[in-house]
Amino acid sequence: MAEEVILLDTWVSPFGMRARIALAEKGIKHEHREEDLGNKSDLLLKMNPIHKTIPVLIHNGKPVCESNNIVQYLDEVWPDKSPLLPSDPYLRGQARFWADFVDRKVFDAGRKVWATKGEEQKSLMEEFIGHLKTLEAELDGKLYFGGEKMGYVDVTMVPIYSWFHAYEVSGNFSFESHCPKLVAWAERCMQHDSVSKALPSPEKVYQYVLQLRKRLGIE
Amino acid sequence: MATAREPEEDEEEEVKLIKTWSSPYALRAVWALKLKGIPYESIDEDLTHKSDILLHHNPVHKKVPVLLHHGRSICESLVIIEYIEETWSQNPPRLLPQDPLQRAETRFWAKFVDDKALPAIWQAFSKEGKEQEQGLSETAEHLRLLEAELKKKKKRLFFGGEEIGIVDIALGWMVNLVPLFERILGVKILDEEHHPALLKWRQRMSDVDVVKENWPPRDKLVAKWTAIRERCVGKAAANE
Repeated sequence: MAEEVILLDTWVSPFGMRARIALAEKGIKHEHREEDLGNKSDLLLKMNPIHKTIPVLIHNGKPVCESNNIVQYLDEVWPDKSPLLPSDPYLRGQARFWADFVDRKVFDAGRKVWATKGEEQKSLMEEFIGHLKTLEAELDGKLYFGGEKMGYVDVTMVPIYSWFHAYEVSGNFSFESHCPKLVAWAERCMQHDSVSKALPSPEKVYQYVLQLRKRLGIE
Repeated sequence: MATAREPEEDEEEEVKLIKTWSSPYALRAVWALKLKGIPYESIDEDLTHKSDILLHHNPVHKKVPVLLHHGRSICESLVIIEYIEETWSQNPPRLLPQDPLQRAETRFWAKFVDDKALPAIWQAFSKEGKEQEQGLSETAEHLRLLEAELKKKKKRLFFGGEEIGIVDIALGWMVNLVPLFERILGVKILDEEHHPALLKWRQRMSDVDVVKENWPPRDKLVAKWTAIRERCVGKAAANE
């Protein structure tokens, strides 16, 4: 049976970007479908009835939901090209721990920044930067979180780099001054086509954020 | 099990679990280890005075549980369970399915428990008024989804199928804490009309030897959660 792989996605979602990067790293032929989250497709609602969110990977008609699940699934079904998780259980545990940290700390704080302003926003931004510094320390001189090559944690984390410009303009600061090694790591990842093609332009993301904050009634 | 060995070897090969007596997350790791028949040493923490060993092995979150194996640490309960599954894969029961699609679904539901079900029930337990109502209504919705998911299983025994799996372990706190919360809050969270499958599952879980034999002492749990509720309500009153 021919493999049919579809990705339901939106251009600006860092979660969607994870799936895009993993698919590209592994050279998996797939159809990319852009969703309008204000008018969700029947297919999205059918394939992810619980959360109704993107990304959703549909492999031969069967859905896989949640970005980190999708990346692990792709790694298990297509293990030969660009393996993303190590084979050693301890190192896999470390990778999963840091991917969980990226989700529950980095992305969570980063998301909350956009829903706030003034002192509250400043404090959340500091929290966000604090988490980035923790990650930077974990990088500890390695080229990538995966070691010599990009791995699971790199794929999980690098999408937020496309949002850095938006944070810097809004918060009037530079990430370079707080976590230069992390910025260097992100730029290293961007040298890979799989990453540079998956991430949208920072300026486009910034314009999106301005619209989002207007919609939320913050600006 | 215990044999005469060099102390250094013991330290390196031994499995240790840093936990507290009451943490539902630590209990997950206890069940996974005991289900697989893995001997381990318990290191019990007092979270009001965190030990150097905890701070050294979980510097990022400073929380329990922490699994130590060959002197190296694995943190976060669901990560620990996957580590146990992969390291002792030859020990039954299988905590995650082998098929990648089923594994992805299993991980989805384990994450659902942690990202949705637990925060909602915590909101219901720790808040009052409108916030509590919201917590209760979200909890009801999540339980409805879990009930539907359980009904999809062929024999409806466990979320893991015929044997306990990672989702059952993740949801295990429901077995003991939900009746406790119901009593403290004076509300019904699980009922026969809406959750017949979940109630049967809860009974089945309670009957599993490893689960039965490792519950924290009931009177201590009642005292602890009653105090937590009083503190939460007290805090709200103080802020008014």
